[in-house]
Amino acid sequence: MKLSDLATRLDLKVYTAGTPLERPVLGGYASDLLSDVIGHGRKDDLWVTMQIHPNIVAVAVLKELAGIVLVNGREPAPETLQQAEREGVPVLGTRLGAFELVGRLYGLGVKGS
Amino acid sequence: MAAEDVYRQEFPVKGGDFAKAGTVACRIKELLKDLGLDVKTVRRAAIAAYEAEMNVIMYAWQGRMDLAVSPEEVRITVDDQGPGIADIELAMTEGYSTATPEMRELGFGAGMGLPNIKRNSDVFHVDSQTGQGTRLEIIIRTNGHKP
Ligand SMILES: Nc1ncnc2c1ncn2[C@@H]1O[C@H](COP(=O)(O)OP(=O)(O)O)[C@@H](O)[C@H]1O
Ligand SMILES: [Mg+2]
Repeated sequence: MKLSDLATRLDLKVYTAGTPLERPVLGGYASDLLSDVIGHGRKDDLWVTMQIHPNIVAVAVLKELAGIVLVNGREPAPETLQQAEREGVPVLGTRLGAFELVGRLYGLGVKGS
Repeated sequence: MAAEDVYRQEFPVKGGDFAKAGTVACRIKELLKDLGLDVKTVRRAAIAAYEAEMNVIMYAWQGRMDLAVSPEEVRITVDDQGPGIADIELAMTEGYSTATPEMRELGFGAGMGLPNIKRNSDVFHVDSQTGQGTRLEIIIRTNGHKP
């Protein structure tokens, strides 16, 4: 499913402007530990996390993730947003907690490895 | 420069510079992609470079990363001036970390950095002098997918 479809279906807020929402999401990974995502995330995964600092963008770029969803209503730090827009990494958000969001993503066919 | 190297570049890394964290790894990834290496080699090198860069930023005062690419392999050598690693075997244990609470709150300090490097490289050597610094030698073979 495309990121834009997931955003609509799950009412996700899109924080970044001009980042590619048409790219396919092939799976998902949920973690707040950066090395865990570096080690276990896969290309085109949607990353569910509560980390909001700029370093999440580098992780997403390196792993070629489809995008980042911030949970619990957390908003990206301003520098995170700037970097994400510069690097073309979509950053979205939801008021849901990680457990609930992952459950709904799974229900829409976004699975882990 | 070894005769067979088709590419070589040096990157400085500043200890404590979290704002720039990951920049060197991203540059290395772009360079390897541009050299035409296969995606798997690029991916493994990017992971190893990221974890090595992060460790210099988190634990050392300053360091340098050297990238050398030959048709057979990608070599990343990391030299830092810092506290060094007293017990390398312990440091290599998955989950072991001396990261500060502040770093952990940001999601660093999973204790998976060195294991991630080991898993994604074909040769991995760690040398360290306590109180002086640490040197990593990382080699990723291109397995015939020549740049
Ligand atoms: N360049 C370095 N200089 C000093 N200590 C280091 C260095 N790299 C790693 N270490 C030590 O090894 C431990 C494990 O490193 P690593 O596996 O990358 O996990 P983490 O960075 O999450 O702690 C670190 O917590 C630190 O104590
Ligand atoms: Mg580390």
